[in-house]
Amino acid sequence: MTRAREGTGIPAPLLVPAALGVAFLVLPVAALLIRTPWSDLGPQLTAPGVGEALRLSLVSATLATLLSLVLGVPLAWVLARSRIRGRSVLRALVTVPLVLPPVVGGVALFLVLGRQGIIGSWLNDAFGITIPFTTTAVVIAETFVAMPFLVISVEGALRAADARFEDVAATLGADRWTTFRRVTLPLVAPGVAAGAVLCWARALGEFGATITFAGNFPGTTQTMPLAVYLALQRDPEAAIVLSLVLLAVSLGTLLLLRDRWLGRAVP
Amino acid sequence: MTLDASVAVRRGSLDLQLDLAVADGEVLAVLGPNGAGKSTLLRVLAGLLRPDDGSVAVDGQPWDDVPAGTHLPAHRRALGVVFQDALLFPHLSVGENVGFGLRTRGMPKRTRHEAAVGWLERVGLAGLADVRPAQLSGGQAQRAALARALVGDPALLLLDEPLSALDARTRLVVRAELRRHLAAFGGSTVLVTHDPVDAMALADRVVVVEDGRAVQTGTPAEVSRRPRTDYVARLVGLSLLAGTGDGGVVRLDAGGEVAVAEDVHGPVFAAVRPESVALYLSRPDGSPRNVWPATLVGATPHGATVRCELAGEVPLVADVTATAFAELGLAPGADVWATVKASEVAVYAR
Repeated sequence: MTRAREGTGIPAPLLVPAALGVAFLVLPVAALLIRTPWSDLGPQLTAPGVGEALRLSLVSATLATLLSLVLGVPLAWVLARSRIRGRSVLRALVTVPLVLPPVVGGVALFLVLGRQGIIGSWLNDAFGITIPFTTTAVVIAETFVAMPFLVISVEGALRAADARFEDVAATLGADRWTTFRRVTLPLVAPGVAAGAVLCWARALGEFGATITFAGNFPGTTQTMPLAVYLALQRDPEAAIVLSLVLLAVSLGTLLLLRDRWLGRAVP
Repeated sequence: MTLDASVAVRRGSLDLQLDLAVADGEVLAVLGPNGAGKSTLLRVLAGLLRPDDGSVAVDGQPWDDVPAGTHLPAHRRALGVVFQDALLFPHLSVGENVGFGLRTRGMPKRTRHEAAVGWLERVGLAGLADVRPAQLSGGQAQRAALARALVGDPALLLLDEPLSALDARTRLVVRAELRRHLAAFGGSTVLVTHDPVDAMALADRVVVVEDGRAVQTGTPAEVSRRPRTDYVARLVGLSLLAGTGDGGVVRLDAGGEVAVAEDVHGPVFAAVRPESVALYLSRPDGSPRNVWPATLVGATPHGATVRCELAGEVPLVADVTATAFAELGLAPGADVWATVKASEVAVYAR
């Protein structure tokens, strides 16, 4: 009675910082909404470049998520289920991009895939393919930064899933690949969906690695975050409008998917 | 379709070494306490775990042969396994669960569905092919799991504690049904359980496993009448006393002696049923030849009787009626006299 307030049951030493935390997280978003030039919204949204940047962002984030699914789900399975040696080292390596500053990631990608890069020079000599400063580079940069989110999420789902179902499948004549397709993957589907959403959201907001590795060319590599940053320097109102669009897209996607699949996976 | 296995597995503190032979249509129960290595044995037979040594052959075909380097993975064995928690795939319908093994073996959808529906009818789940496993009761789920294991006509059926997740009433019903299905099954069956009732009710033969070794093998009747270890004796509710026969008396290894109605010599077991032990507050007069002072150390109600655990020179378990228990005013710690008629003591060679 003395330590917890009647009704809420939250002790004051927890309540005050928690309330400050909420304010800290919500106020900037509120400010964005308050300062939005609502009357000017139409012309700003139809300004040249906005639609292009938005479309590029959505397409590249979606491609990055698909690439992450194709590579990340098998990787998560290897981390969660296989008995290969050095698995913990592998897991640490995979999660490096989570803690690496994205700009550093961009530089690192440059060193591998740039014209003088380890693989890039070979691609250039053998096939005449140049990756940096193309839309492909955008997708690669976003995948590099966002895939660990998917891998971690799917690996967690695999670890939480009851592996005995896989034993049952084996006793019913299913080899490991069949078991993966017909049993494991359906069982962890909510975790895969949650991971894909996280991955997509991270890719959509990716800035540092993209601008370093892919540059900032309208129409080919200028995604929404880059457009926002650029706009802020010459036309703050345009930056606010672009930010609002990104906010709406992110929130809309989250709400839409949450209702459909994520009820169980994301509490 | 006979199983012939000789398996050795060492995993941490477990050191399992077992020889098994199960004939066509025979049901072998592997009975033992938790941690005895029963589940490990089952995983080896299923091909989910490679044994460290030994061999597993079914119908003359080698499934495991460690010296020869043979290991047939689980998915290539003609197996059916029923696990403790049914483990029906939650994302598939009950019918799809039952048909799963046929699908992996390439049977077309239509035949598969017919076979699944047929088996669901046989286990009493007609009309439930399209529901999700989550909608089934525990007993229904275990029946569906049995159908799923049997639908592919396996050579070897493995049952891992198939009834222990069920409540007492469901267990009775499912046990009776399981018995019927096992009688109709032509292959070999290995049932792993820690419940002596399951073993006695379902098996043709029982192997008692303790600490990774077979300590007793026999028909359920033999094992329950003449247990050879304390564990089995406790399971079937007998007090087991090891000693040496000396005419009409058995001198117990732990001290004290028991009068018996037969002339016995050499190492023997004397087994006493709890209901043949009578308790008194003072030393009884008259003729019983076995009278021992004892201390009541535990009492558990057991239907209309109370099972009393006695400590003393001769440790015993006694069943007394609840009325007698109350009239004697017994409580843990009480000093009592226990008597058993010599003719009530079963005695057999060790």
